[in-house]
Amino acid sequence: MASLRCFLRSGKNAVSAGLRREFHRTPPAAVQVTVRDALNQAMDEELERDERVFLLGEEVAQYDGAYKISRGLWKKYGDKRIIDTPITEMGFAGIAVGAAMAGLRPICEFMTFNFSMQAIDQVINSAAKTYYMSAGLQPIPIVFRGPNGASAGVAAQHSQCFAAWYSHCPGLKVVSPWSAEDSKGLLKSAIRDDNPVVFLENELMYGVPFEMSEEAQSKDFIIPIGKAKLERQGNHVTLVSHSRMVSLCLDAAAVLAKEGIECEVINMRTIRPLDAEAIETSIMKTNHLITVEGGWPQFGVGAEILARIMEGPAFNYLDAPAVRVTGVDIPMPYAKILEDNSIPQIKDIIFSVKKTLNV
Amino acid sequence: LLLLLLLKSNISSVVVSARTYADFTPQATFDIKKCDLHKLEEGPPLQAVLSREEGLQYYRTMQTMRRMELKADQLYKQKIIRGFCHLYDGQEACAVGIEAGINLSDHLITAYRAHGYTLTRGGTVREIMAELTGRRGGIAKGKGGSMHMYTKHFYGGNGIVGAQVPLGAGVALACKYLGKNELCVCLYGDGAANQGQIFETYNMASLWKLPCIFICENNKYGMGTSVERAAASTDYYKRGDFIPGLRVDGMDVLCVREATKLAAEHCRSGKGPILMELQTYRYHGHSMSDPGVSYRTRDEIQEVRSKSDPISMLKDRMLSNNMASVEELKEIDVEVRKEIEDAAQFATTDPEPPLDDLCNHIFYNDPPMEVRGTNPWTKLKSVS
Repeated sequence: MASLRCFLRSGKNAVSAGLRREFHRTPPAAVQVTVRDALNQAMDEELERDERVFLLGEEVAQYDGAYKISRGLWKKYGDKRIIDTPITEMGFAGIAVGAAMAGLRPICEFMTFNFSMQAIDQVINSAAKTYYMSAGLQPIPIVFRGPNGASAGVAAQHSQCFAAWYSHCPGLKVVSPWSAEDSKGLLKSAIRDDNPVVFLENELMYGVPFEMSEEAQSKDFIIPIGKAKLERQGNHVTLVSHSRMVSLCLDAAAVLAKEGIECEVINMRTIRPLDAEAIETSIMKTNHLITVEGGWPQFGVGAEILARIMEGPAFNYLDAPAVRVTGVDIPMPYAKILEDNSIPQIKDIIFSVKKTLNV
Repeated sequence: LLLLLLLKSNISSVVVSARTYADFTPQATFDIKKCDLHKLEEGPPLQAVLSREEGLQYYRTMQTMRRMELKADQLYKQKIIRGFCHLYDGQEACAVGIEAGINLSDHLITAYRAHGYTLTRGGTVREIMAELTGRRGGIAKGKGGSMHMYTKHFYGGNGIVGAQVPLGAGVALACKYLGKNELCVCLYGDGAANQGQIFETYNMASLWKLPCIFICENNKYGMGTSVERAAASTDYYKRGDFIPGLRVDGMDVLCVREATKLAAEHCRSGKGPILMELQTYRYHGHSMSDPGVSYRTRDEIQEVRSKSDPISMLKDRMLSNNMASVEELKEIDVEVRKEIEDAAQFATTDPEPPLDDLCNHIFYNDPPMEVRGTNPWTKLKSVS
């Protein structure tokens, strides 16, 4: 796998992501692709590949997407496949699920996952549970996608992370990509999956470019749902994260490396089903665990990971209690200084690592 | 000699069919009630033609539905059926009339009062009853229960009031998308009619001209709340506003059929959705835990039973027009009773689902996976 260069939004110098396991020879023809373009490519390729795939949501067609993720798709595929909906989440999410029941493969976009709360009954009761309730008679091949979690300056009602809420429910798969490669490969997998998938993007990551290998550029490139990825190898502590927080973990790891502390960074990629095995394998090597997420601490993604580690074989390998780095347990404030202090910063990760390692 | 033969019920069918061509009216025309119209130029015809075959079929299906629901009532009181059980007796003309106006290749979705539709959409009494009693022979292998039964082109059985309406419009969208000239019948009750998501659905179905027949089964009570206490406007057929609508006598199977035919024609011609309000009545309470007499009088129930029962109405029509004999219909009753008894027998003796099935059917087309049991040491297996 090619080495990744991750550019921070603030334009600081590129940070090399370090060692990679050598499964493939490094291919020469890698390009820089933003997360936005990767998502766009994924949808374009899947729309082309399967006639039953279609996209619906607010502003996805003629506006090219509220965040321009579906740019160009309406022009290419037309009204039948790219559908602008009125601002009626409960209605159009239900319509999407019904279309999936009758043989189509919808991609239902929520402008942000905050608005999915209006439609959450359709996601959970109509989509997630139906295959089970019908004892296998009625599958629901649908993807619900959109930006999730904190953005910048959008305040409390527009900043919630829904990873924990959706991951609580059996019958759903919940995916949270970080890089461009993640975004493309996982969205293609999600669209091809015959089950309801909640695909949590991140608005702040949309414009971030990543190097995309030649392999990842292929139309058949998919990343399996349910497998985490080792982004950086290390011996001293395991950092487990998803979405934008992976960037922060890598940045923190770079700073800590200068002090001789080597962090192993795991990019979860999928929240449900959780790749507990990848985390356990890592803990057996590093003996320390810290989870890092943007969402609230109570009953969150980190809480689940810690509980699983407690109950599993890796517990005996821990030399210190596993801890969580999370968003602050408050609604998101507006003022920049308050907002900045409501979500994990690189210094919080560094602080937590040092406390855990007792240095 | 003929009389002696008639007395032996197992031969009477042979004797009766020998009488068919000679003695029975093959078809007759009946006056049906005029429908109130909303934004519609023309309503259904004021007369309906019923053939003898059709009449016998509608009679048999409605009687099967009636007996099945009454048996479910019995089994519930014996605690063999548990949880929710919402019975459909009284409303048979709706399910049977609708099915008579569409094809099996069309689609249908309804709410939780769904046993009747499961039957008209191809389910058998056996598998319906076994689902109610939670056995492995149930239509959903015992995993769904009363409110979650499915067959081909029948999307349940839905427990969340109103949620099935956007789902139905989604099915209609698929119908239009796939271009097979199919439509979706999307049912909801007078209680659900006030749900916001229904109005969201009206909007999109109309904008996109989805081939969707919205049907409000108005049985006058949303659980214990009468329509007057729940709705600022009880003209449910007008609530679609920009969607044309008609109000139909839901106790008359012919009226329902003719209205459905009109609605289906409207949808298939690409004009978009249409709304039907079926005025009907349920004899039972909202569910088995509701006696059904705290918010309405026994007199009211009795009056409907004696004056508007859908099965009696059809029976009277057929008998008074010599389209069938009393014996013939009695024989159908006997056959239906037997079918129900056999089904109930199956439903009470079939074993419950095996524990191995507990975690199955979470995902479709996925490799087997592990599911956490009630404690960390219990790992259960799940297959698609």
